[in-house]
Amino acid sequence: MQKLKNTWLFLCYCIIFCFSQFATAQFDIPAKPESKESQTSVYDYINLLSPTEKSALETKLIKYSDTTSTQIVVAIIATTKGENIGLLAPKWAQKWGVGQAKEDNGVFILLAKDDRKIWISPGYGVESQLTAGVVGEITRNVIIPEFKTGSFYSGLDKGSDAIFQLLMGEYQGTRQANKTNDFPAEKIIFMIFIFIIFVIAISKNNRGGGGGGNGNNRRPTSILDAIILSNMGRGSYGGGFGSSSGGGSFGGGGGFGGGFGGGGFSGGGAGGSW
Amino acid sequence: MKKWLIPVIIIAVIVMGFYKWGVGFNNSAVRLNENVGEAWGNVQTSYQRRNDLIGNLVKTVQGAADFERSTLTDVIEARAKATSTTINPENITPEQLKQFNEAQGGLSSALSRLLVSVERYPDLKANQNFLKLQDELTSTENTIQTARVRYNETIKPYNNHVKTFPNSILAGLFNFDAKPYFDAEAGAEKPVDVEFDFNKK
Repeated sequence: MQKLKNTWLFLCYCIIFCFSQFATAQFDIPAKPESKESQTSVYDYINLLSPTEKSALETKLIKYSDTTSTQIVVAIIATTKGENIGLLAPKWAQKWGVGQAKEDNGVFILLAKDDRKIWISPGYGVESQLTAGVVGEITRNVIIPEFKTGSFYSGLDKGSDAIFQLLMGEYQGTRQANKTNDFPAEKIIFMIFIFIIFVIAISKNNRGGGGGGNGNNRRPTSILDAIILSNMGRGSYGGGFGSSSGGGSFGGGGGFGGGFGGGGFSGGGAGGSW
Repeated sequence: MKKWLIPVIIIAVIVMGFYKWGVGFNNSAVRLNENVGEAWGNVQTSYQRRNDLIGNLVKTVQGAADFERSTLTDVIEARAKATSTTINPENITPEQLKQFNEAQGGLSSALSRLLVSVERYPDLKANQNFLKLQDELTSTENTIQTARVRYNETIKPYNNHVKTFPNSILAGLFNFDAKPYFDAEAGAEKPVDVEFDFNKK
C-alpha cells in the first residue's frame, strides 16, 4: 500500500515537473544536423513551403554557396515561444556555424510564421554589406509585401535575390575569378612535384649504378630524400584537395559543399513583422 | 651512494612539481584572461557603435520640426555620461562594471523614451533615413546583448579556474582576481514611462 502511494506521488511529481517545463518554455534551438549531407540551406520545420518551392529555394541557395562560398540558410518555424527573434536568429546561426569559419560569411534567415515575424542575421564577414539598415529596407520593401499577400515562397525568393545583389558588389567578382584560376594552378603544381620526384628518383638510380658513392656524396642524397618525402606528403594532400573540390558540384538536393563551416555571428541583423 | 642525495632528490622533485603546477596555472589563467579581454572588447565596440548611432539619430530627430527638446537633451546628456565611463579590461572590478552598466542603462532608457515619443511624429516615422537608423539601433542593441552574454560565458571558465581550491592559493599569489558578471542592464526591468505632455517643448 505504502509502495503504491509512493509510486503515485512519484507520478504526480513527474507530471508537475513536465508542466513546469512547459510553463517556462523557451525556444530550444534544434541540434546542428550532424552529417554534412543533411546540412542544407532550407529547414522548413512546419512545411510552410510546398516541396517544389522548397527544393527550388534550396537548390538556388546551394548553388549560390557553391560559387561564392557564402552560405544562406533559411529556417521556418511556427513560433519563437516568446523569445526575441532578433536574439534567437544569431544565436541559432552561431550554434550551427553557418558560413565559413575564416570568412564568417553566413546569412541566417529565420521566419516565425505564427508570430508573423522574419529576421535576417548576417555573419561578421558580411555585416559590412548587409548592414541592418539595408537589410531592414529589404525586409520592408521586398519581403513583407509578398508575405502580406500570403506568398511566403516569393517573399523568400525575392529577398534572397536582393541579398545576392547586395553581396555581389564585393564578393562574386573576386571569388569566382579566384576559384577558376586556383584549381588548375594547384593541379599544375602537383604535376610539377610528381615530375621532380620522378626525375630525382631516376638520377638517384643512375648515381647508384655509377658506383663509388662516398660519404660526401651520400649526405646530400639523404637530405634530398627528406625533401622528397616531405614534398610527397604535401603533393598528395594538394591532389586530394583539388580532386575533392573538382567533384564537389552538387547539382540539386544534397547539402552544402563542405557543410557548415563554423562562421561567427555578432548578434546584429534586422527584420520586421507583417 | 651519499646519504644526503635522497632527500635532495625528493625536494627537487617536489619543487619541480610545484613549479610545473604554477606554470600550468599561470598560463591557462593568462589564456582565459585573454578570452575575457577579447569578449570585453566586443562589448565595448558594440556600445561604442550604439553611441555613434545615437549621435546620428539625435541629428535626424532634431531635423523634425518642434521635437520635444527635453527628451532630446536627456538622450544627449545620458550619451555624454555613457561615453565618459570606460573600463580597463585588465582589472574589471564589480564597482566599475556597475558604474558602466548604470551609465549605459541610463542611456538605454533615455533612448527608449525618445523612440516612444517619436511615435507621435508621423513624418519622422515615414522617413526612410529614420527607419534605417532605427533598424541599425535595434541590431546594435541585439549585438550588445549577444556580446554581454558571451562576455559572461568567458568569465565562467576563468572564474572557475581562479576560484577553485588549490588554484585559489596561486591566484592570490599571482594576482588573478575573480571577475564580475554582467547583471541585467540597470533600468531594463522597468517599463518605459511615457508622459503625454503636449505642452512641453
